[in-house]
Amino acid sequence: MNYFTEVVLSGLTRGSIYALIALGYTMVYGIIELINFAHGEIYMIGAFTALILASVLTIFGFNTIAILFLASIIAIVYSAMYGYTMEKVAYKPIRNSQRLSALISAIGMSMFLQNYVRIAQTSDFLPFPRIIPRFPWLSALPISMSSAQFMIFASTAVVMVLLTFLIKFTKIGKSMRAASQDKVMAKLLGVNVNKVISVTFIIGSATAALGGILISSYTGQINFYIGFLAGIKAFVAAVLGGIGSIPGAVLGSFVLGLTESLGAGYISSDYEDVFAFIILAVILIVKPAGILGKGQIEKV
Amino acid sequence: MKRKISRKLLLALLVLAGVALIFAGCARDEQEIAIGVAGAHSGDLASYGIPSVNAAQLVVDMWNENGGVMGRQVRLIVEDDVCQPEVAVNTAAKLVGDGVVGVIGHICSGATRAALGTYVDSEIPVISPSSTSPSLTQDGQHPNFFRTIASDDAQARLQVDFVINELGLSRVAVLHDQGDYGRGLAEFARDFINEESGIDVVMFDGVTPGAVDYSAVINRVAQSNAEVVIYGGYHPEASRLVGQMRDRGMETLFVSGDGVMDDTFIRVAGAAAEGVYATSPMDTSTNPVAVNAAERHRARYGDEPGAFFLNAYAATQALLNAINVAESTAYADVTAALRNSTVETPLGPISFDERGDATGVGFSMYQVQNGSYVELGN
Repeated sequence: MNYFTEVVLSGLTRGSIYALIALGYTMVYGIIELINFAHGEIYMIGAFTALILASVLTIFGFNTIAILFLASIIAIVYSAMYGYTMEKVAYKPIRNSQRLSALISAIGMSMFLQNYVRIAQTSDFLPFPRIIPRFPWLSALPISMSSAQFMIFASTAVVMVLLTFLIKFTKIGKSMRAASQDKVMAKLLGVNVNKVISVTFIIGSATAALGGILISSYTGQINFYIGFLAGIKAFVAAVLGGIGSIPGAVLGSFVLGLTESLGAGYISSDYEDVFAFIILAVILIVKPAGILGKGQIEKV
Repeated sequence: MKRKISRKLLLALLVLAGVALIFAGCARDEQEIAIGVAGAHSGDLASYGIPSVNAAQLVVDMWNENGGVMGRQVRLIVEDDVCQPEVAVNTAAKLVGDGVVGVIGHICSGATRAALGTYVDSEIPVISPSSTSPSLTQDGQHPNFFRTIASDDAQARLQVDFVINELGLSRVAVLHDQGDYGRGLAEFARDFINEESGIDVVMFDGVTPGAVDYSAVINRVAQSNAEVVIYGGYHPEASRLVGQMRDRGMETLFVSGDGVMDDTFIRVAGAAAEGVYATSPMDTSTNPVAVNAAERHRARYGDEPGAFFLNAYAATQALLNAINVAESTAYADVTAALRNSTVETPLGPISFDERGDATGVGFSMYQVQNGSYVELGN
């Protein structure tokens, strides 16, 4: 495998890592126009829950596949509950006040969850078990790809397709689109906006938790701070692709991942973040709404 | 109440000590050898300086009990510089005026540098137990300066020497985490490698701490055909780098510093940690001289020795030993003896190199073997 392919592959890996987090980010923004800074924390809580469950299940002697599925499903459900509660506690009471209030509330929520995990668990780095088993057929491929890498690719694709399908073709998706355009009008037409927003948070949190589990088993370590760092980059990716747009989040993530990887691979990884933010600046100058973002029409 | 009394007592003792010093000064025996001890003995950095005074006193007492140096008694002159460069200059002038033949100190690198000018002009050898700034020995301005602590770049030196001499490798990738500590260490390593022939830095780059993925930089390491990675930084990034390299099936060796010598590294990196090298200060706590020195400190002062105690102990031993070996207190003789003779100290047997750094002091190479760090044999 030549060097260029390797660099591109690592860019795609990075891109799909960002995408997995950015999908939930962009979805929540699309519906209620809230930059949910606590999204990264849900990602972290998902990873922690999976770690605890995997350790417990290992003690009970479950096999790898069972551990992977049980730990992932329970962690995803648990994190989705966190997302639901978070919306009820931190965002719903101030939904009709200024947008800045909700943003501050999100930052507060993010700090609260980080420090809660720090105190309840540990501030140390913890090893995350390799809960994804090695797929033997992967070594038959002409490129070297780990099973975690493959799972991240596959999940990003599946989640993106499912979300697009959900929003475009289901009843709840239609309600979501209606609520995002005009909440009052949607209410008048019988859409239960509260339910729609709750569902959005539940789905967004579930994707974040899935990301937390897969990415942590790829990186092999977690601590209470991982959500913040991953969240920042995913946020950049979502803005790059056009925040609010599902395919945009994925596209933006891949653009970001490839830029970083090519920059690091051919110039210097010292300036990785610099390349990422240069591309962000350039795209926002050319297309202020992001690559796939629609120009917002001011509602009068 | 108790506290008041003890404070009064202390004051009385201090006055007495001062008076005694004055008398000693007046009745100075020309046969006595005066040694200066300078450093922070008051203020918020006093805890770095006081142990040196105690250490010097213990060593001097030991020599005096055994008949002194060259048959002459040794006397300490203790001066406070509160770790401030401007005070240190006066301290130095005072010690020179008192006719010291050598100085143990100063403690802080900044104060040491300021004071050194005075000592150079007066040709007085200075041995610091704690000043680690690399340039003190490396800028060539201070031929009278020695130290019993490794300079900040000694880790990088050890890493490079280890890679060249022990591992016999010639293609090195140097990585760092862009922080002061990590980058500093990596730059020293790079510069040392560039001075050597037959060994190349095939890659020098920084990684972003906390990034989700290091495969881009790992690709470049693989592409560069490096045989070993020297990494300056801390363990969270190190465990990811090693983990991803091993996942890719790369067997590139990994050498790092005391930022990685942490049990968390082994716990997080797991199997990938096996075989990783890291430099860290030598473990001298079991050295019999060190055990004895600490015991004498407890017997005399009633508590545990503090920071740089063993380094100051070694510095005083080295100075007195050099005077004894040279059978002279002349500058040229003493400095030559410091460089050429080896003395048994709590830090192990040491001597000084041309620049004034102690050889045999400082860092050891450790390796992860069976899940724990093992100090490699010297």
